[in-house]
Amino acid sequence: MTAVRPPRAYFYATCLVDLFFPDAGMAGIQLLREAGVTVAFPEGQTCCGQPAFNCGYWEEARDVARTQVALFPEDLPVILPSGSCAGMMKNHYPELFHGQPEEAEVRAFSGRVYELTQFLVEVLGVQLKDLGEPIKVTWHSSCHAMRDLGLKGEPQALLAQLDKVELAPLAREHECCGFGGTFSVRQPEVSGAMVCDKAADAEATGASVVLSTDGGCLLNVKGALDQKGSPLKVQHIAEFLWERTHAR
Amino acid sequence: MHAETDILFRESAAKALLDPHLRANFRRAMDGLITKRKAQFPDPADLQELRHLSTAIRSRSLLNLPALLVQLEAACTRNGIQVHWAETCEQANQLVLDILQAQGATRLVKGKSMVSEEMHLNAFLESHGIEALESDLGEYIIQLDGETPSHIIMPAIHKNKDQIARQFSQKIKDAKYTEDVDELTAMARKVLRQKFLEADAGISGVNFAVANTGTLCLVENEGNGRMSTHVPPLHIAIMGLEKVVARLEDVAPLYAILTRSATGQAVSTYFNLISGPRGEGEKDGPQAVHLVILDNGRSRIYGDPQLQATLRCIRCGACMNHCPVYTRVGGHAYEATYPGPIGKILTPQMEGVGVRHDLLHGSSLCGACGEVCPVEIPIPDILVRLRREATHQDPASFVAGKGTGRTDAEDRAWRLWAALSKRPGLYRILTWFATRFGWALPSGAPLIRDWTRFRTKPIPARRSLSERMRAERGTHD
Amino acid sequence: MTEARTAILERLSAAPAGGPPPPEDTAVMARRHWPAAERVARLRKGMETVRTEFLEASPSDWPSVVQNFCDHEGIKSLLYGPGNGDAAALAASWDGDATLLPYDRPVEAFKTQLFTEVEAGFTSTVGGIAETGGILLMPGPDEPRLLSLVPPIHIALLRASTIQDSLWSAITNLGWGDSLPPNALLISGPSKTADIEQTLAYGVHGPKRLIVVLVNDLR
Repeated sequence: MTAVRPPRAYFYATCLVDLFFPDAGMAGIQLLREAGVTVAFPEGQTCCGQPAFNCGYWEEARDVARTQVALFPEDLPVILPSGSCAGMMKNHYPELFHGQPEEAEVRAFSGRVYELTQFLVEVLGVQLKDLGEPIKVTWHSSCHAMRDLGLKGEPQALLAQLDKVELAPLAREHECCGFGGTFSVRQPEVSGAMVCDKAADAEATGASVVLSTDGGCLLNVKGALDQKGSPLKVQHIAEFLWERTHAR
Repeated sequence: MHAETDILFRESAAKALLDPHLRANFRRAMDGLITKRKAQFPDPADLQELRHLSTAIRSRSLLNLPALLVQLEAACTRNGIQVHWAETCEQANQLVLDILQAQGATRLVKGKSMVSEEMHLNAFLESHGIEALESDLGEYIIQLDGETPSHIIMPAIHKNKDQIARQFSQKIKDAKYTEDVDELTAMARKVLRQKFLEADAGISGVNFAVANTGTLCLVENEGNGRMSTHVPPLHIAIMGLEKVVARLEDVAPLYAILTRSATGQAVSTYFNLISGPRGEGEKDGPQAVHLVILDNGRSRIYGDPQLQATLRCIRCGACMNHCPVYTRVGGHAYEATYPGPIGKILTPQMEGVGVRHDLLHGSSLCGACGEVCPVEIPIPDILVRLRREATHQDPASFVAGKGTGRTDAEDRAWRLWAALSKRPGLYRILTWFATRFGWALPSGAPLIRDWTRFRTKPIPARRSLSERMRAERGTHD
Repeated sequence: MTEARTAILERLSAAPAGGPPPPEDTAVMARRHWPAAERVARLRKGMETVRTEFLEASPSDWPSVVQNFCDHEGIKSLLYGPGNGDAAALAASWDGDATLLPYDRPVEAFKTQLFTEVEAGFTSTVGGIAETGGILLMPGPDEPRLLSLVPPIHIALLRASTIQDSLWSAITNLGWGDSLPPNALLISGPSKTADIEQTLAYGVHGPKRLIVVLVNDLR
């Protein structure tokens, strides 16, 4: 499935990766470059608009989304290190701009959006070689990545290529970690209960690191594990894949 | 007003979270229901086919709703079932009362009916001197304690054996204390058997109403539904107007997916088809059967093409069984007739999106509900839509209470967010401050403190990705 | 009330017309189809899982199978519908210990006795459902409704040849989709509940026991 000549693609940081997990973003870009993709990172990226959209503030979300779409004018894939932001741009932008003058342009943009592991597996067909020591990991499947965007095992397919990585599943892998964007501060008690359960579940797997595609989930679970003083690490899958495939 | 109601669900939920029995009961119960449902759908492709078919059938029914209701009324009338219409719960309650009083009925037995809970029928009838005894075991149990159901299929899911044992020994005449489930069930059987025998009237819900044959379909396991609808001389059935389908063939797929989604059963003990009162030559059955069709906001929901999907619901409860929020707080925390995900979209549309704004935000939009809904109601999408309706007044919208959930604070917050996010220069400055000084933000600051109760404060990285890429610019195309 | 009807219908009719309904593919229902012998096995398995008891019989000996069962269980009263051919045949050959009570008058004449004294009720069936297990009944003047509900034991006569693949196919094959009597039903087992701590308990308000007399008339 690899292109004949090195393709070009855009990379969209997403606000949480930009601010809290820049190493993961960098790792994603490097993984793409290593696979022969020339990565364009336009200046001026801010936020996909999902928080405002989810709260019903659609004019504000559109205002911001318009500026973001305008950063990616060429007919190139737009790759995001986040399932929920990719879902927003791919599935909800067309809704958001339904009946608006930019609808056609936005639809075209949405048709080019990929989450990183989706792109690595389905478009590039990367083959990864594990250079690391044996390690046990556990996977938290971000709800939006799974159900909104519709990831179907791409991250797991990549992990399966790493022969010294053992995947110890969570007891409740598909249960929400409690982030939900503004949910974590509007319903702090319920959100807190959910993330505490997720953290405990992760610890019970005996893994040394929890992996996910989504920055929100990572911030959430990391915060809960850190508060417990747990040695369990939390890492974005891009960063993990890069580390495993390169000698440290 | 919205300041108060904005925290209604949050407060009830917080209280529920502190109850270890409640949490353990619901977790165990929901896990069981999840497992049982999964076992009924071993083939994922087959499940999706059945879901698509069920969704198509419900969609077709709704597409033809007014015509089907008229057809249902005609067929029922031909069959001898008297049909009544009620726009509001008040009207419906009055209709039921009038029918009962015309018969001189003072003691009635009830089969399980969520619509009657919506109407608060029991309390209304009791205030008019009519005893309305719940006969479904779960409903009977909670009625003894004056409670409301905490789940739409298993009303007493929040109660332990020992609580029920104590309750029965205190409230049932000559009952001894026992925690043996068979013995408790036998006690209830004995009490209710007498009540069925003596009742003047029986009330039931309707799972599906078939328009062409004028048939009311009732799904149950205990037999109390049949007892309530066949033994007393009068049967009153109450249904939400969305429950009608065109023909009996439509019911079979819906019935198949209902029992599997609700309780993980391939089939219920009884599937009862009522098409009339005692027929010519019949020796039993009620002499009179009435059907009350209730609106209570459904026709308003119907008017909106996107929100109409809410009315596809077949009341299986799978959404709440799979909801990570419901599992942790239980049904009572919602302070609504219908709890869980379906309740979060139905209740605000019935009662007003401003007044019940709290429910709209009691969700992380995880989508577990939409994934299992047998009729593919896109619950997260509808929640987002209703959040918009709560905070804005779109002229084309009929949503109840539109715009009444708006607050100045939230308006300002999103306008500020937009102002920053569409100005990259400004955003860049803010990000710079966040990376350099974000660690200094006090954990007790507003919003931050809600986060830090359960997690460490998130610390921005030393340099954002954008900053690093800016530094790198020129070394790649 | 007619005002309510008018207002409701007006509001519903005023809604914007929906798009064409999604396509309906009933293959998922139609493919639930088995050969006759397998239908019997499936029905039996499905119903035994929910505590239905089965007695095997042939087309000629089923009345004595019923009789032996009643004698063995010490049943003293068995209610039946004399207008029904099978029940009449049972009554005609009856030589058991139990008194056969004909349900030949309105229930009001003996309601208390029905609720407190009658130990068992006998009914015929109009078919069975293989997919999930279940028997189909069409109560009426000849076999009143309460026969299969009030007595603690329900004995039902099921001929193997009448077992359908599924409720879906039965609706078509039995013509239920076209017209129905005041009451028709599917029964899959004795009454049950899981309302107390999700623990299954049998014998709630409906019969405590369901006995299916399975007549092998295949071939």
